[in-house]
Order: sequence, then structure tokens, then C-alpha cells
Amino acid sequence: MDETVAARIKQEIDDNQVVLFMKGTPVFPQCGFSAAVVQILSHLNVKFKGVDVLQDPGIRQGIKDFSNWPTIPQLYVKGEFVGGCDIVREMFQTGELAEFLNTNGVDAKPAA
Amino acid sequence: MPMNPGDIEGMIKAALPDAQVRIEDLRGDGDHYAAYIVSEAFRGKTRVQQHQMIYEALQGRMGNELHALALQTSAPPES
Repeated sequence: MDETVAARIKQEIDDNQVVLFMKGTPVFPQCGFSAAVVQILSHLNVKFKGVDVLQDPGIRQGIKDFSNWPTIPQLYVKGEFVGGCDIVREMFQTGELAEFLNTNGVDAKPAA
Repeated sequence: MPMNPGDIEGMIKAALPDAQVRIEDLRGDGDHYAAYIVSEAFRGKTRVQQHQMIYEALQGRMGNELHALALQTSAPPES
């Protein structure tokens, strides 16, 4: 992988507690799987940085190599790869996701 | 070209011979599948590692020929 791409990805996940590499933006997701993760994070009132891979072919391929994960979206919390849409959804449904975020010092609670 | 469910199951079983695999064609279009996989090989692994094992079994097809494959993986209950 291009070293500048790897450095940029590293920078994003170092600078932001919660980062979602996604297609589109949190306000206008361009793919159902990205939209599903945005919806879950919003439901838990989690502040996150969305990185639109459609704006950057280098990141789009680079993040797949970086995480050894073939699909997008990809969620990172405190520099750690948490998973894609299926894992995030499963963790949300079991309540693990909110717990995991709280354990990592990220505020997460369901909207009242 | 889309993959058929038999091919997906075959590739998973080639990598994880003990796996119980159930494939659903979510939209009937041969392009959006869900796979439920139970294998002893998953025990002690994180979900990320379990899914990576399946992606590896699919040898690069995921995200290419295989557009959407929702995964749910687990180890069998301990007897």
C-alpha cells in the first residue's frame, strides 16, 4: 500500500476517537450498509468522524488493505478496528456496542 | 458474474471442513446473500477474526463478484 495513504488513515484513527470509513457522508450516505452503521451510531448519540471513501480512491482501496477487510463501511474506535456492518449491527443488537464504547471512554447512550 | 450459493458454501467448506453453513439469497437476485456459519475453528476468535477467515476462504471474491454477503459466525455450543 502507498505509504502516504497508510499515513493518512493512521492519522484519521489517531486523531478521532470514533471513525467510520464509509460511502458518502453521515448526512448523505451513498450505500445501505454505510447508512445502517450511521443510523446505529446516531441512535447511540455517538460523535464520530465520517471519512467518505468515494472522494478518495486511494483511501477506498487503502482502508481495505490496512484493515485486511474487503468491504466498506469500517468502524474504528480508539485506533482499533471494530468491524463492518454485520458486526456493528450484531454488537448493537446485543447491547455490546454501547458497552464497548463506554469501556473505551466514548459516550454512548440510546436517545430517550 | 454473480456467485451461486453452492459455490459460496463449497469455498467455505473447503477452508473449514467442519463448518455448518446455511446460505440465504436475500433478494432472490443471486447478488445479496446472508451466510450463517458454525465452526469449531471460530472458538476463541474475535468476530473480526472469524469474518476474516471466511473472507480468506472466499479468496478475494468478497467485495468483487460477491457484492453483498452478510455474515453471522459462531462456534458450536460447548458440549
